[in-house]
Amino acid sequence: MSKTILVYAENRDGKLRQVALETLGAARLIAGDGDSIRILVAGSNITEAVSALNAYGADTIYTVEHDDLENYNPEAYMAAIEAVIGQAKPDAVLFGHTAIGRDLAPLVAASLNAGQISDVTAIETESGEVVFTRPLYAGKAFEKRVFQNGPWVVTVRPNNIPAAEAIEGASASIEDIAYPAPSLRSVVKDVVRKTTGKIDLSEAKIVISGGRGVKSAEGFQPLEELADLLGGAVGASRGACDAGYCDYALQIGQTGKVVTPEIYIACGISGAIQHLAGMSQSRVIIAINKDPEAPIFKVADYGIVGDLFDIVPLLTQEFRKVLVS
Amino acid sequence: MKIVVLLKQTFDTEEKITIENGSIAEDGVKFVINPYDEYAVEEAVKLRDDHGGSVTLLSVGPDRTAETLRTALAMGADDAVLISDERIPDDEYAVSKVLHAYLSKESPDLILGGNFSVDRGSGQVAIRLASLLGISHAGSITKLTLNGTTAEVHRDAEGDLEVLEVQLPAIFTAQQGLNEPRYPSLPGIMKAKKKPFQTLTLDDLGLSEADIQPATKQSELSLPPERSAGRILKGEPAEVAHELVSLLRTQSKVI
Repeated sequence: MSKTILVYAENRDGKLRQVALETLGAARLIAGDGDSIRILVAGSNITEAVSALNAYGADTIYTVEHDDLENYNPEAYMAAIEAVIGQAKPDAVLFGHTAIGRDLAPLVAASLNAGQISDVTAIETESGEVVFTRPLYAGKAFEKRVFQNGPWVVTVRPNNIPAAEAIEGASASIEDIAYPAPSLRSVVKDVVRKTTGKIDLSEAKIVISGGRGVKSAEGFQPLEELADLLGGAVGASRGACDAGYCDYALQIGQTGKVVTPEIYIACGISGAIQHLAGMSQSRVIIAINKDPEAPIFKVADYGIVGDLFDIVPLLTQEFRKVLVS
Repeated sequence: MKIVVLLKQTFDTEEKITIENGSIAEDGVKFVINPYDEYAVEEAVKLRDDHGGSVTLLSVGPDRTAETLRTALAMGADDAVLISDERIPDDEYAVSKVLHAYLSKESPDLILGGNFSVDRGSGQVAIRLASLLGISHAGSITKLTLNGTTAEVHRDAEGDLEVLEVQLPAIFTAQQGLNEPRYPSLPGIMKAKKKPFQTLTLDDLGLSEADIQPATKQSELSLPPERSAGRILKGEPAEVAHELVSLLRTQSKVI
């Protein structure tokens, strides 16, 4: 019997997020012949996101557009999703493992009385069965997990599943679903944007992280300059957060975020086991530290023993030269 | 004000993970309160001190979890409930059903838990419970203020800050920055030994194995491929910076 797979395509300020295409990529890995891939876009200003998705070969794009969906409110978004689920009757619902996806997926799973596999980093089919790989202990171990029954709810970690590519000549049928306007028990009173225009840490291809070695909040300045130049994001170790140099939202590690960028540059980070758990799956790791014995050098592809305040600005200069040429 | 804290016992984050006979070895491992749940315990105790009421700790786990619950009692919680039964599978679908069976009879005003557990890291159970109990929730909060029958919370959304007003009863999950968890004091530890501590099984909750059949199952467990130390680049800072950027282009091919 053919399955229906519903992909939640996350948008931010009306623009499609990269993770939405990766979630669609995950749906393609799950789908077999004859299965139907459908997309759900919800928000208050989604025309651009919907038209961007049109070329990705989905059968149907469900849209739910309403002022209640301007800011993320779990109750409002759940109402929208349940309206679509009622229509699509999916066998699997997929989200990005983002702030929104992490929040919505368990609600959907509970409402469908379904299992959920979270934070998936790889999907394979082994003897006809779809097998999901996910980290345990923030990447100190990995498990493969399978569903025992349906429906399935899955969240996929950004930056791990290849994004779906547009298919020439493809176009989807677009179905507008009415927002059921429930009475809401929670109200979003304010959203303070601290990250406008910045690359999200979990999606960044390049992460420049600072530890205690940055010495102060101002000490992040050279890291930010390099991140801006490379279109990357700045992260931090627990040490830097605890010392008050930066917000906990930047923390990478077993408590904090797990990142898997193409390039990870650890500046003034000694490399405690908790921090290594959060970044050791990065493709190329670079460590800059004054202490040649720092454990971070044991996992780094390239190590530089030296002062980050000397090295990082020079690296910025070198990258600038390369990017110009 | 009746407050329940969902608490999980986890490996200390400093532990190295090893696999023996297809499962994670637990010999000699130090177990702690899941770090995010520790913020939840602290917040609950503070709210109880300010607004009156009681703080009940609630956990699903093996018998060794009792030790961790005693630590949280020593932080100031009033009583603890441990649901311990070998028939409970390691699956969030099942665990949330078990917790729901207990909580549906308790009707707390406020449920607090951690943002996620640092072992399985799936972040499902508390939010599933909100749905099962039919109450509101906000995940990943960094500030909580009670105003009668509502709570104002600050929520961390990938670095942005969302301010929500939520009707009680509700479930909130704690993110770093919510508070500084206290250390249990010696008098606290002494008192904790005498606090009410209930251990329940599936039978006590009126659940059978059939009610909590796992929806997902682990099929394989492995350690990540070990990373080995790479090259230390030596020389003057300017030379080293130049060499690194060229290696990233020619050898690693990442730029």
